[in-house]
Amino acid sequence: MAPSRKRLFNVIALAKGLAVTFSFMFRKKPTIQYPSVKKQHAPRFHGLHELRRYGDGKERCIGCELCSSACPANAITVVGAENAPADRRSPGERYAARYEIDELRCIFCGMCEEACPTDAIVLTPRFEMADYRRGAFIYAKDRLLVPPEAGLGRPPDERPGGIPEDLGRVADIKSTMDIATGYSATKRGEILKTQRKGLAG
Amino acid sequence: MNPWLIVLIKSAVLLLVVITSFAYAMLAERKVMGWMQMRPGPNRVGPWGLLQPAVDAVKLIMKEDLTPNTADPLIYRLAPFISLVTAFSVYAVIPFSEPAPGNLWAIGNVNAGILFVLALTSIGVYGISLGGWASGSKYPLLGSVRATAQMISYELSMSMSLIGVLILAGTTSLAGIVDAQHRLWFVIPQFVGFAVYLITAVAETNRAPFDLVEADAELVGGFNTEYSGLRFGLFFIAEYINMLTVSCIATLLFLGGWSPVAGLSIIPGVAWFVAKVALFMFVYVWLRSTFPRIRYDRLMAFGWKVLLPIAMLNLVVTAIVVAFTG
Repeated sequence: MAPSRKRLFNVIALAKGLAVTFSFMFRKKPTIQYPSVKKQHAPRFHGLHELRRYGDGKERCIGCELCSSACPANAITVVGAENAPADRRSPGERYAARYEIDELRCIFCGMCEEACPTDAIVLTPRFEMADYRRGAFIYAKDRLLVPPEAGLGRPPDERPGGIPEDLGRVADIKSTMDIATGYSATKRGEILKTQRKGLAG
Repeated sequence: MNPWLIVLIKSAVLLLVVITSFAYAMLAERKVMGWMQMRPGPNRVGPWGLLQPAVDAVKLIMKEDLTPNTADPLIYRLAPFISLVTAFSVYAVIPFSEPAPGNLWAIGNVNAGILFVLALTSIGVYGISLGGWASGSKYPLLGSVRATAQMISYELSMSMSLIGVLILAGTTSLAGIVDAQHRLWFVIPQFVGFAVYLITAVAETNRAPFDLVEADAELVGGFNTEYSGLRFGLFFIAEYINMLTVSCIATLLFLGGWSPVAGLSIIPGVAWFVAKVALFMFVYVWLRSTFPRIRYDRLMAFGWKVLLPIAMLNLVVTAIVVAFTG
């Protein structure tokens, strides 16, 4: 009997295949119903950038452009400027007059975070940045800088004191709208808010 | 009451029932295939995805109805209706439950019922082969050539496998065949015929693993490549209704139609009929999610060199046994 003929009559193999698919019908499905259920990602997940502040509300960024030169994707544009004595934006001599990240070019490697001498630029775990317009992916200071009322921003991983336990926990977020309004919706944001209140008071 | 009016009402009701069962057969297929592939299947529209068929229908209706420049416009536009009308017409003779006095559970009780069904399903091939040919495009043409070859060769084995049942029942009326099974379902004496019928039915309705007519991987979409919108939808409906038809025939001829399992006659006959048809529909989905598409030459070799001899042998043995035992 030719091998092809043998295969043609191999009914047991067919039954085995059917048994496999039938048993798979009752397996637990690994699907995560994404918008309504969110997976908890790794604590050091690299997502959207954030520019941090000091406790007194001053910007950490001193406009040195080290992040821009460290960036392997050339996604960061920094234009520094001298601080005006009457209106100091940062504690140093200079501050970032323009700070733009093209999130479509960004490869989320975190080298900007490593390069930053003042721990100003960090990668947050936020990842839901979808938009219909390409232009919307160029994040300028208005969206990168932590709003003054939202705390200091998330510290980088290398920071002494280790990784905060609740870092990157977005599971509490109820809807994508909360992510759009910012970090304040996360548990971390709440803690930072209370910390800042203590600092002020 | 006017008998014509009764037939009209029955037809209207049956049309609705068949279309609804098509819609939910499709949803069930996507659900079951999803489970077999470890995903939940459609669950976004309505509770448990139950409104999915309605949404799909709206989507298909809203889409543009394209006719290629190279197509033969009349036949191209007519072909889906040939498929659909023949698919629907079969239900004129299918009995769904035991005929009560003055209450026939079918539109018509034709005494050559099974021949009528076979004739109509053969005409259904025209829809596919003409549609592919009239598209004026190479992939649909290949698909329709395959359809013609495949359906002719498998129809032969299919008819052969059914003749065994007809010999045992001594009638071609579908209700009569079910009545003849009151003691023993024909699946037991005719298990060879049943197996051949099951395989040929899959090939006859162009379903995986015998879906060479639409073979998405090699022929883009086969005969329906050029079709869009509602016309594509009509082919789709016809395919599923044909699946339901062959399931109904298998139920009537081999599984005793509406006769209850294990003497559970409290449950009405229609429920038994639907359950048995659903079982066959499940087998369809099961086969589709298990087996890869068979190669074209193997398909033809299998049809002519394996199925046809087996079906003929079965027929001869059945005839001899019946002739000697009465």
